[in-house]
Amino acid sequence: MSAHPTTNRFIDNATEALADPQLQRAMNNVRSGFIDKRAAVAAKLPEFEALRDSARDIKNHALAHLDLYLERYEANVTAAGGHVHWARTAEEARKIILGICHDAGAKTVTKGKSMISEEIALNAALDAAGIVPVETDLGEYIIQLRDEAPSHIIAPAVHLNATQVESDFRRVHTHLDADRDLSEPVQLLTEARQVLRSKFLAADVGITGANFLVAETGSSIIVTNEGNGDLTQTLPKTHIVIASLEKIVPTLEDVSQILRVLARSATGQEMSVYTTFSTGPRRAADLDGPENYHVVILDNGRSSMLGTAFQDMLRCIRCGACMNHCPVYHAVGGHAYGWVYPGPMGAVLTPTLLGVDKAGHLPNASTFCGRCESVCPVRIPLPKMMRHWREAEFERHLSPATMRSGIKFWAFFAKRPALYRFATSLMMNVMGWMGRDKGRFSSLPLASGWTDYRDFPAPQGGTFQSRYEARRKSTPNNGRAA
Amino acid sequence: MSARAEILSTIRRSLGVTGNEKPRLDTINERIASAPRGLTVARGQLPHAGQVALFKEQAEATLASVVDVDSYQDVPAAVADYLRQNNLPAQLRIGSDPRMAGLDWGKTAIELSHGPSDGNDLAGLNHAFAGVAETGTLVMTASADNPTTINFLPDHALVVVSAKDITGDYETMWSNLRAQYGKGQMPRVVNWVTGPSRSGDIEQVILLGAHGPRRVHIMVVKD
Repeated sequence: MSAHPTTNRFIDNATEALADPQLQRAMNNVRSGFIDKRAAVAAKLPEFEALRDSARDIKNHALAHLDLYLERYEANVTAAGGHVHWARTAEEARKIILGICHDAGAKTVTKGKSMISEEIALNAALDAAGIVPVETDLGEYIIQLRDEAPSHIIAPAVHLNATQVESDFRRVHTHLDADRDLSEPVQLLTEARQVLRSKFLAADVGITGANFLVAETGSSIIVTNEGNGDLTQTLPKTHIVIASLEKIVPTLEDVSQILRVLARSATGQEMSVYTTFSTGPRRAADLDGPENYHVVILDNGRSSMLGTAFQDMLRCIRCGACMNHCPVYHAVGGHAYGWVYPGPMGAVLTPTLLGVDKAGHLPNASTFCGRCESVCPVRIPLPKMMRHWREAEFERHLSPATMRSGIKFWAFFAKRPALYRFATSLMMNVMGWMGRDKGRFSSLPLASGWTDYRDFPAPQGGTFQSRYEARRKSTPNNGRAA
Repeated sequence: MSARAEILSTIRRSLGVTGNEKPRLDTINERIASAPRGLTVARGQLPHAGQVALFKEQAEATLASVVDVDSYQDVPAAVADYLRQNNLPAQLRIGSDPRMAGLDWGKTAIELSHGPSDGNDLAGLNHAFAGVAETGTLVMTASADNPTTINFLPDHALVVVSAKDITGDYETMWSNLRAQYGKGQMPRVVNWVTGPSRSGDIEQVILLGAHGPRRVHIMVVKD
């Protein structure tokens, strides 16, 4: 999916998602799980809110000095015996990685979970070059078997139920006993562990992403719970890190501050199980670890976001809290967003990476409830940036004709207050009379977008303006409640 | 123009800088040189005995198991206890950490194998560089003495940590690491390990033993 975005189809995608019972069942796990866990673990740390400020300030500082920290980072990687490669575009990044794999004589590549790898559609490029990519994160492995894109940035298979995973494992793992019991999730996990263990040991190259790059030491950092990223980068002869350039932080102390809000915001853990700081290849005396260490730094449009209204988005540490708390994401899941990054962070980032003409619908997928900003560990003003995109979309005449004529129709009345009051009070009276028995409408002309999914309450009296006016006249303090 | 030059020049154009401004260079040099600790988290700011107790409590909360041992000489018996209690064969993969070099394994029936793991070991033992009380996190550093594969491939990761190496927070651990390795120098890998491997990728239910160890057993050697 990553190679062929369907961001333009967002409305159709969302409609299909709402009618998908398997997806709707799976999305219940998001609604109940992530939110409570985050709230509980945040409440246990009195400094949590202050650490969010600290994380925001560190990322802002790093972005304001990004050029200098990148140069320092590169110098330190090189001093540790590693190689840094720079890629302006997804295509350049793929070419660099294929070149390293070719030099390593790679037949199979194990992969830790990386959203940048999704962004550059790396698996398709490896496949085309005759190199077998093996996703090793359990969720990524499952969706690779299904030829799907991740539907969540930290829980890629969150849109699936265990029975779906069971049927995929039976379809693909044909070398195993057909009568085996896979009714419990732990049996699925154990089977994936066994199948993937031999792949880890056989791989020629391991590719991981990076949560952070530390300028002070030239270290790349991965954060996982499964340990798959560590097996991916420890066992093969060559380790390739693919990271976007905004992952830079100045020092080990700085990244420690941010790590305190990352897992808490993401999974509700105090700390993820494995946080790994990697600096260069195997040392002379070492008995294990990769002999070659490469870092590919990807720009792909990010350097042009600096100094614009979207610079704050580069603080994002990819925890997923914004989507975990988003009512729109809960309703439609991640695939509806049509590309790599779903939810509120995707609604802001995707138009910058793909263009507002292709992804202009996504910033409209918001109720502006503000929960995303209220939980963001680096305090990104996501609703404000979605509004920027909506304005850009409207100014460029990219919003649909029905929406534009609807807004013009409304504006005609809104500019004529007397006419507006007359028309709305007439409407209230008619609707109140028609809905007087049930108190609600289950269908209304021109409003099926609302009534297909919920009832519309029948008006209970005059318009807001008329009631406000009546109240103002009848109370001495100008209508304000005492 | 090379990709590197073009990316750096776009960043500088977007930020409205040339890259040669002395105040900016001074700022990053100072930041890296002084590595400010940032906000202090109160939880780990305890007398040392309290930090050791907090480390154990937090590690157990992540579903690691923890025992105290009086001295290094008691490590072999503690390992034998663990293997017996878990019905494991008396076999152990072990690195060559000098702190555990003179141990008398002969009193136990344990058969040792040395060097990195090839994936066929049920139990492995490494020595931690440190423990961080704040979250019950073990800090493992890669070397010939403590091969990284022992941390990840065996089903049972046994780890010795010296109580004197337990710190209240990550920042103190980093200053200890710098004191040992030198400013700006890192071991090839530093692994923070906070409990056994797990996954929530199937229906958001947390299951232990994804790809790394199913169990983590920590032996804290008293001061």
